[in-house]
Amino acid sequence: MSDPVRITRAIEFSSSLRLRLGELSEAENRRRFGPAAERHGHNYRLEVSLLGEPDPRTGMVIDLKDVKDLLEREVMARFDHRDLNDDTDFFEKRPPTAENLARVLFELLDRALAPGLLERVRLYEGPDHWVDVERGSEP
Amino acid sequence: MTRRYRFPAAHVLRRADFSEAENQRVYGKCANPNGHGHDYTVEVTVSGPVDDATGRVLEPARLDDLVEGALLRRFSHRLLNDDPLFAERVPTAENIARAAHALLREGVAAGGARLRRVRVRETRNNTFDYGELR
Repeated sequence: MSDPVRITRAIEFSSSLRLRLGELSEAENRRRFGPAAERHGHNYRLEVSLLGEPDPRTGMVIDLKDVKDLLEREVMARFDHRDLNDDTDFFEKRPPTAENLARVLFELLDRALAPGLLERVRLYEGPDHWVDVERGSEP
Repeated sequence: MTRRYRFPAAHVLRRADFSEAENQRVYGKCANPNGHGHDYTVEVTVSGPVDDATGRVLEPARLDDLVEGALLRRFSHRLLNDDPLFAERVPTAENIARAAHALLREGVAAGGARLRRVRVRETRNNTFDYGELR
């Protein structure tokens, strides 16, 4: 890749969640996760960064309409105005922290995009707190 | 050091060597022949040693003058397709980021710093980075 451009598309979605692990008692969940063990919600902002070579003819890395459709299908339809614990099966064995949700989002989008195109997802859990999952950053 | 600038400009995404149907298919509503516009923001990131006397990588005023002269005056309130830089290339945000980088690189170097990255924000939800990306 000789002359790449990074494009970043952002979307927002709102979900409810509880941070808890099924194997822990009510009291243990409360002790570990505090008030976040109760059902609450966030306005998430997701920034999806793709790194690729613009097509020399069209001048585009990818059609943003395709990215929009992809995010609608993979993210909005699954998570927007849903409960992360009860309406999805991603968080049966791990709590839906921003870290774990960002990992799920990275995996879903990576699977749906051309190989290697997805560089990073940045997930804001409200305006002052965010997490990044980058390609190759998995321990 | 990063500073952010703004310019409103118009563009049309279409190629003369594409058929109408091809332009519509590739560029969708961005191919509307009369054009459309954005309030672009450009974030310019420079790096280099901090000058002992000034405590700066590059004087912000110097960068402002450079960006104003080389970029903003050229693109602001213009139809980007009319610029010779986009005679051969469609003024997608990808190509605007590349053009901005090309227009600023030498001036930043003349000021003793290095142009690291240009980030073009087309809308609140779409941004495009060019330069040192890793």
